[in-house]
Amino acid sequence: MATGEFAAHAVHAHAAPTSWIRKYVFSLDHKVIGIQYFFLALTAVFVGMFLSLLMRIHLIWPAAALPLLGEIKPETYLTLLTMHGTIMVFFVLTTAPQGGFGNYFLPIQIGAPDMAFPVLNMLSFWVTALAFFVMIAAFFVVGGAPLHGWTGYPPLSALPSAGPGEGLGADLWVISIALFCLGALMSALNFITTTLDMRARGMTLMRMPLTCWAWFITAILGLLAFGVLLSAGILLLLDRNAGTSFFVPLVTINGQLTGHKGGSPLLWQHLFWFFGHPEVYIAILPAMGLCSQLLSVFSRKPIFGYKAMVYAMLSIGFLGFMVWGHHMFMSGMSPYTAFAFSVMTMAIGVPSAIKTFNWLGTIWRGHIRFTSPMLFALGFVSLFISGGISGPFLAQPVLDIPLHDTYFVVGHFHLIMGVASIFGIFGATYYWFPKMFGRMMSEGMARWHFFITLIGTYAIFMPMHYLGMAGHLRRYSQLTELNYLHGLVPLQTFMTYAAFITIAGQFIFLFNLFWSMKFGKKAADNPWEATTLEWTTATPPPHDNFGGHIPVVYNGPYEYSVPGAPRDFVMQTDPATVKAH
Amino acid sequence: MASITTTASVETAKALLAGNGRPDQTALDFATRLRRARLGIIVALTAVVMIFVSYSSAYVVRQGLPTLDPRTGTLVRDWLPLQLPNFLLVNTLVLLISTLTMELARRQAFRAAVATGKESSPAQSIDTDGMPWLALTAILGLSFLAGQWLVWRELAASGFYVSTSPSSSFFYLLTGMHGIHLFGGIIALLAAGAASILRKSAASRAVVLDATAWYWHFMTVLWVYILCLLEFAR
Amino acid sequence: MGLVLLVVIWLITFISAYFFIAKTWWLPVGASAAAAGIDHHFATTYVLMGIVFVAAQLSLGLFAWQYRERSATTPQAHYSHGNNTLEITWTVLTLILFVGLNFMSSSIWASERFRPAVSDAVQVEVTGMQFQWYFRYPGPDGKFGATKPQLQDPSGGGEAALGLDPADPTSKDDVVAGTMYVPVNREIDVILRAEDVIHSFFVPAMRFKQDAVPGLAIHMHFTPITTGDYEIACSQLCGLGHYKMHGILRVISQEDFDKWLTAREAEKQ
Repeated sequence: MATGEFAAHAVHAHAAPTSWIRKYVFSLDHKVIGIQYFFLALTAVFVGMFLSLLMRIHLIWPAAALPLLGEIKPETYLTLLTMHGTIMVFFVLTTAPQGGFGNYFLPIQIGAPDMAFPVLNMLSFWVTALAFFVMIAAFFVVGGAPLHGWTGYPPLSALPSAGPGEGLGADLWVISIALFCLGALMSALNFITTTLDMRARGMTLMRMPLTCWAWFITAILGLLAFGVLLSAGILLLLDRNAGTSFFVPLVTINGQLTGHKGGSPLLWQHLFWFFGHPEVYIAILPAMGLCSQLLSVFSRKPIFGYKAMVYAMLSIGFLGFMVWGHHMFMSGMSPYTAFAFSVMTMAIGVPSAIKTFNWLGTIWRGHIRFTSPMLFALGFVSLFISGGISGPFLAQPVLDIPLHDTYFVVGHFHLIMGVASIFGIFGATYYWFPKMFGRMMSEGMARWHFFITLIGTYAIFMPMHYLGMAGHLRRYSQLTELNYLHGLVPLQTFMTYAAFITIAGQFIFLFNLFWSMKFGKKAADNPWEATTLEWTTATPPPHDNFGGHIPVVYNGPYEYSVPGAPRDFVMQTDPATVKAH
Repeated sequence: MASITTTASVETAKALLAGNGRPDQTALDFATRLRRARLGIIVALTAVVMIFVSYSSAYVVRQGLPTLDPRTGTLVRDWLPLQLPNFLLVNTLVLLISTLTMELARRQAFRAAVATGKESSPAQSIDTDGMPWLALTAILGLSFLAGQWLVWRELAASGFYVSTSPSSSFFYLLTGMHGIHLFGGIIALLAAGAASILRKSAASRAVVLDATAWYWHFMTVLWVYILCLLEFAR
Repeated sequence: MGLVLLVVIWLITFISAYFFIAKTWWLPVGASAAAAGIDHHFATTYVLMGIVFVAAQLSLGLFAWQYRERSATTPQAHYSHGNNTLEITWTVLTLILFVGLNFMSSSIWASERFRPAVSDAVQVEVTGMQFQWYFRYPGPDGKFGATKPQLQDPSGGGEAALGLDPADPTSKDDVVAGTMYVPVNREIDVILRAEDVIHSFFVPAMRFKQDAVPGLAIHMHFTPITTGDYEIACSQLCGLGHYKMHGILRVISQEDFDKWLTAREAEKQ
């Protein structure tokens, strides 16, 4: 009796809840919390997508009056783009891959019964959800949501008189981001402690799936970066509400003095981008880890160069803190500093390239199974190449001169961070849906979704590079004022039509998701014939993940097509040890 | 000051329990929880460090930052150092004493956890050897915060508000952020103090107090750092 | 499915590459002394990166088709955990490519940005405000007069919008214009200022871009080599009028410039 009680305590700190509120609302179970994060991100992505749809419509039909919304004014366009960027970067790209799938599968993939601090985990979700509600509330207050871009450069973001929406809406925007920082820091704490302290016996760091490495490194980046954003946000709130002048020098708005003096707008940029650059790696690393996973499973081959992949992710994480100045080449900072940042930026391209070579090496001489997760993994590689190639242009200050703040940048980050990461989320959904919900998603619908999205997103974002080279600035509400933009309208029109089709295609995914939960084909425990720990347990996994026993790990995570093995995959828990690995 | 390592405390616990031959689930679990809590606090403190690193660098940069004086069209520096109220030293002393009492409270809770021996038995009374170290620490912590509030009042009385000058802004910012974090530590202390009411085990309370102690000591070190930054780097 | 993927990926690659090679939409013709060097380096970068882009995408498409699982009875996939020699090789090659490109561009960057304008450069102060550019010339005394934010009156036109201080003797001869006139083949020393929020001064044809930051007066220089009118665009989000904050850079011959400036200076007396 006492021993069993202690053993249970040693293994799992809380018993399975019974009330509906403890099971689904204030759950301490990382699996439920992961699904909560996933649905928060799903809501956010459709909001963000809708905002971008309105943006695309306004760009080519500036005078159009929409049902319910009326005419979109130039300042409204800027509000749309600000909120689109903020919602997508924070509530989709930083939420679904890490808070969603990471929360659900990190403990299981390392053989743990839960995260290290379940109460903190629950809190981190609800703080993030609160942040989202505050962000949305900005639309509905007097003055509306802010128009200063997701980057929020002061003095524009620090002075309520600088533009519509810069009053209460901007305060809510900052508060929402500050709350998000708190949620992200709590989450990072959990991920790091869990990875370091709760791996099952035999699960050495070098036997962890690359997804776990990605979540771990992402959490470290988050831990170090979100504190800086929180600091900057507090300073901005003080400038806006307490009369301080951290960021605002002696300026006038429309001839009126503002009462500020001596502050530095560049200080915000340094603080923001010190966070902002690691943030883009936070957005992409989980998808990179997942891509490695999926390519290996569905080529029936070990990942090519596991150690190189780990070191590449570690280098990307480390170097990611040394390149923030490349967002500021034109800002007025010292050209010598710019040069230093550009060298580091070119350097960080190297581990990314290594990863791409290794992905190609993984499918080379493989046995590719074109399941829906695999399609998205292959799509991810293509998007990563395209988005990555435009990086070295921007990384060189002389070439950044014509390209900074143009659509070239917008095309670059949408391909490499936006769409690639979204493909990671889709791939993860199709891959893990069977384990989470016990049913398979429809492969037919998935294929339509894949091709519409792949072709559609290329059609939207590849032309942005041409627009940028022609000098088309970003964050322009309309193309009507500058003469040299008139010739670019046809391309913008093409992009808008592509956006209509692509957005429509996402409803196939949405339908597939909910329909399959009820009517999908019942899934076996290991439908993909994969080797990692989540596929050893029941579907869906029980409350403590492994039904009372903790797995023991003997093998690495990518033992596929092992010569001499009875099947073309060897589970990590299979004691017939493959190699000293 | 002899440091109590995890291993040492586990060995002590094991030695006490090994007597009747039962397997040491409690001691192992206590060690695991302790290790995990300490790891968590170290990770959390890393994030706190980043916040104060950003503020420190903003502080240093702002001091040397030139701004355009439109009258002359030249760049001028407008930093005016702030005279720190002497009462800050009293507050510092209070915090230093509190870190001592915190450490004593931590060791006291450890001994209590080991002495009760059973994982699930509730914390009997907080202070098994009669000294209310935990309560003292909480009182000293609250006194420190009250003292900081008094310093703020003194500064405001001499005309230095948060928006008066860059140096006053940073003073309020740094002391305010530290105060908020310390307040969080006091909440943790109160939660540990309410352990017996909340029916938490002695081991649970020891883990909470251990983590809080690390946090508290860090807050003391951080305060000394902030004071030095404000006093010497101006 | 493998074949479909190959076709889709290859088509996307060829179509994208076509528009880059055909330069259907491209950088405008360069009109400054620095443009040739920048454009040359742009071409180098885009050729090298273009080759990598095409090679990588075509390989991806090819492998997806070539290594499809044909049937359950075919021999297993190739069991390999990687190849260290290959890793080192492609790491070193990539490093050489990226760092090499960067060092090639650094000499251009240094020549543009590491030195101040020459002493006989034409000085023009460019001030951005919501949502207008103003251009100020120092006048015969060669000095820019003082400005005071308290005196700013945006509705009052050039001098008033800048808050030019009439009490300062050096401000009397300052010429403020709404169009930026510069002489061809002379180095122009641009002094960038902003009155309210961050703006950015961008002339695509001159390959010239620099943020105008409130609280700073940033010096940057360029040398126009072709006469004509060039649009100036604001390239940093500055509020609701960002999209319509534009101006004209008018590059004219030295004689025409002198005539224009003399006429404007005469008006000030």
